[in-house]
Amino acid sequence: MPYFFGCSYLDLIGYVLLFPIAGSVINGLLGKKLSKPVVGIIGCTAIGLAFILSFFVFIDLLHLAPEHRVFEKDYFTWIGSGSFESIAGLQVDPLSVVMIMMVSGVGFIIHVYSVGYMQDDDGFYRYFTYLNLFTFSMLLLVLANNFLLMFIGWEGVGLCSYLLIGYWFEKKSASSAGMKAFIVNRVGDFGFILGIMLIFVTFNTIDFTEVFQAAPEHLQMGGFVVTMITLLLFVGAIGKSAQIPLYTWLPDAMEGPTPVSALIHAATMVTAGVYMVVRCNVLYTLAPFSLTVVAVIGGVTALFAATIGLAQNDIKRVLAYSTVSQIGFMFLACGVGAYIAGIFHLVTHSFFKALLFLGAGSVIHGLGGEQDMRKMGGLKKYMPTTYKTFLIGTLAIAGIPPFAGFFSKDEVLLEAFTKGSLLIWGLGAFAALLTAFYMFRLLFMTFCGKSNMSKHAEAHVHESPMIILIPLLVLAFLSIGGGFIGFPTASAINSFLAPVIGGGHHGTVDGGSLHHVSAGMMFSMMGISTGIAIAGIFIAYLMYIKNPDLPAKIAKKFKLIYTIVYNKYYVDEIYDATIVNPTVKTSFILWRIVDVRIIDGFVNAIARIVELKGEVLKLFQTGYVRNYALSILLGGVIIIVCSLILL
Amino acid sequence: MIPLTWYLILSGILFSIGAVGVLIRRNAIVIFMCIELMLNAVNLAFITFSRQLNSMDGQIFVFFIMTVAAAEAAVGLAIIIAIYRNKATVNVDDINLMKW
Repeated sequence: MPYFFGCSYLDLIGYVLLFPIAGSVINGLLGKKLSKPVVGIIGCTAIGLAFILSFFVFIDLLHLAPEHRVFEKDYFTWIGSGSFESIAGLQVDPLSVVMIMMVSGVGFIIHVYSVGYMQDDDGFYRYFTYLNLFTFSMLLLVLANNFLLMFIGWEGVGLCSYLLIGYWFEKKSASSAGMKAFIVNRVGDFGFILGIMLIFVTFNTIDFTEVFQAAPEHLQMGGFVVTMITLLLFVGAIGKSAQIPLYTWLPDAMEGPTPVSALIHAATMVTAGVYMVVRCNVLYTLAPFSLTVVAVIGGVTALFAATIGLAQNDIKRVLAYSTVSQIGFMFLACGVGAYIAGIFHLVTHSFFKALLFLGAGSVIHGLGGEQDMRKMGGLKKYMPTTYKTFLIGTLAIAGIPPFAGFFSKDEVLLEAFTKGSLLIWGLGAFAALLTAFYMFRLLFMTFCGKSNMSKHAEAHVHESPMIILIPLLVLAFLSIGGGFIGFPTASAINSFLAPVIGGGHHGTVDGGSLHHVSAGMMFSMMGISTGIAIAGIFIAYLMYIKNPDLPAKIAKKFKLIYTIVYNKYYVDEIYDATIVNPTVKTSFILWRIVDVRIIDGFVNAIARIVELKGEVLKLFQTGYVRNYALSILLGGVIIIVCSLILL
Repeated sequence: MIPLTWYLILSGILFSIGAVGVLIRRNAIVIFMCIELMLNAVNLAFITFSRQLNSMDGQIFVFFIMTVAAAEAAVGLAIIIAIYRNKATVNVDDINLMKW
C-alpha cells in the first residue's frame, strides 16, 4: 500500500473535502481583490487536488481485499442528545470512491472550461466560490457515513444549485428559475427528512453500516415500515433527481450558466438520488413494492421526458429533458434491482452529458448567446472541433457501440428485460429510440444543413478558444473509452462495486451481476439496442437532412399532439393552476385577512383598549396639587368615618 | 375646669380652617400658613390628651412636630422664593407644570 508521510491515503480522505471548501472560502473572502486568472487557478487547483487525492484513495482501496474495502473515519461527535448520537464521519467504499472520482474529475474539467466560458463575466469570483462550494457539498453527500451528514450535503448541493441557477439574478427569469428549483426540491427534501426520522425511530441509529446490518433482522421482507422508509427516501430522490412529478424545475434550471448546467444539472447533483437509492439498496431490496415504484417512475419518466425533448427548440432545454430521461433510465435499473448498472450508467452519463452541455456551451459562446436551434445550422464548418466532440457525445448517448452510453444503456435494458418485465423493458427501449432520434435532431439542426443564422451572428461565429476545447476533448475521450470499465458485463465495475450491494458480508442478495445470463442472450440484446439506436438516428436523418420539410408537415398533420408535446404536456400550466396559483391566492387571503385584519387587528385592539383606559384615567390627573390634597383629605375622612362606624 | 371636649372642638375647628384654606386659597404663602395652622391644631390635640392622660408622650410629639415644622418652613419658604424669582408670581394656578 502506498504511504504518504506514514499514513495511507485513506486516512487523508478528509482532505478531499478540505480542498474544495478552502478554495471556496479563499475565493469568497478575497476573490473580489484578486485578478481573474488567480481566482480561476485557485478554483481549479482546489478541485484538481481533490481529484488527485481521490484517485490515490481509489488505488489504496484497490490494494485491499474486496471484502475489506470499507474504510470509515469518524471525526467528531456532531450531535449528542440522549440516546441520539450523530458522528461526523466519512465512509470510503467502492461506491463512494467511484462517486468522488467522477464528481471531482468531471468537476475539474468543468472548472477549467468555466475559466474560458465565464471570462467576460463580472461575477467571476462569485461563480467560482459557488462552484467550489458545490463540489464540496457533493463530495460530502457521497462520502458521508450516516444519513444526517448526507442530508447536509444534500441540502448544500441544493443551495448551490439555487445560487448558480440564479447566478444572473438581474434577469427575472433566472431568479424565478432558482426559486422554482429550490421550492420544488423542498417538497422532495420533506419526504427525505421524514424518511431519515423514520429510520432513526426504527433502528435508533442513522449510521449507514449499523442500519444496513440491522435491517435484514429487524424488518420483515416487504413490511410496512421498510416500504414507508424507502418510499419517503425515494420522494427525496424524485425531487433532487428531477423525476415525475417533480421534474419541472430542471428544464428551467437551464437559466444558469452552461458549465453549471453541465456540472450540477447533468453530471453530478441530479444523480444524487440514484446514488442514495444505491447506497440504501439493502433497504430497497427488502421492499419489493418500493422497487416497483422506483422502476415504474424511472421508466415512465425516461419515456415522458424523451417525448418532450422531441419538440423543443432551445438547445439546452433538449439536453435538460434528455438528462431527466437518462436519470429515469438509472432509476429504472435500480428499480429492477440492477444497482450496479444504474451506477454504471450514472458514470458514463456524467461523461457524455457533461460533454454535450459543454459542447452546447461552446456553440452558444460562439454565437454570442443564441440558444434557439432554429437560428443555427451549418456550424460544422465554423466549429469543427466542437462538432466532432459533440458528435461523439451524441453517439454515446444514442447508444452506438463502442461509445460509453452503449455499454451502460445496454446493460440497463438487459437487466430490465431479465429481472424486470417486458413492459419495463419496452418503456426503456422506446425511450432509447426517442433519445437517439432527438439527439440527432439536435445535432443535425445545429451543425448540419444550411445556415439559419442571423447576418450578425454569421459574421461573428467562431471556434471557441483552447481552454474550452481541451475539456471537450478530454470528455470526448472519456465518452469513447468510459464504457470499457463495464465490458464485458461481468467485469471491472461489477466486481468492484459488488461488495456494496446487499450489505457487504450479509450478501445474500444477488449483487446485480450477470452470471446467469447467457452470452447469446447478451449479444442479441446488444444487437437489439444498437438496432434501436440506429433506427432513431435514421429517422432523424430522414426528417432533418434528407427531407427538411417533413417535420413541419408532420407537425401540421398531427397538430394537436404536436402542440401538446411542444408545450411540454402543459405540466407547468397544470401545476400553476392546481398548486401554485391556489397557494398564491390562499397566501394572499392569509395576508390580507388573517394577518392584516385578524392578527394585526387583535394587537391594535389591545393597544386601543389601553389608550381608551388612559383617556378616562387622565381625567383624574388634573395637575393641580389642591385637587390631590382634596382627595387625600376625603380619603382620610372616609377612613375615619368608616372606622368610627365599624368600631 | 374647662372640659376636654372644648379643647378638641377648638383643635378640630382650627384644623378645618387650615384644610379649607389649603384647598381654596391661591396664594402660596397663605396655603403655607394654613398648613402651619393644621399642624398647630394637631399640636393642640396632642397637648390636650397629654394633660388628660397625665402622660408626657404627647408633649414629646409636639416638640418633634414643632421642630419639623420649623425645618419645613425654612425649606418651603425657600422654594416659594425660588418660584417667585422664576415666575414673578406665587399664584398656584400659574404654577401648572404638572398639567397635561
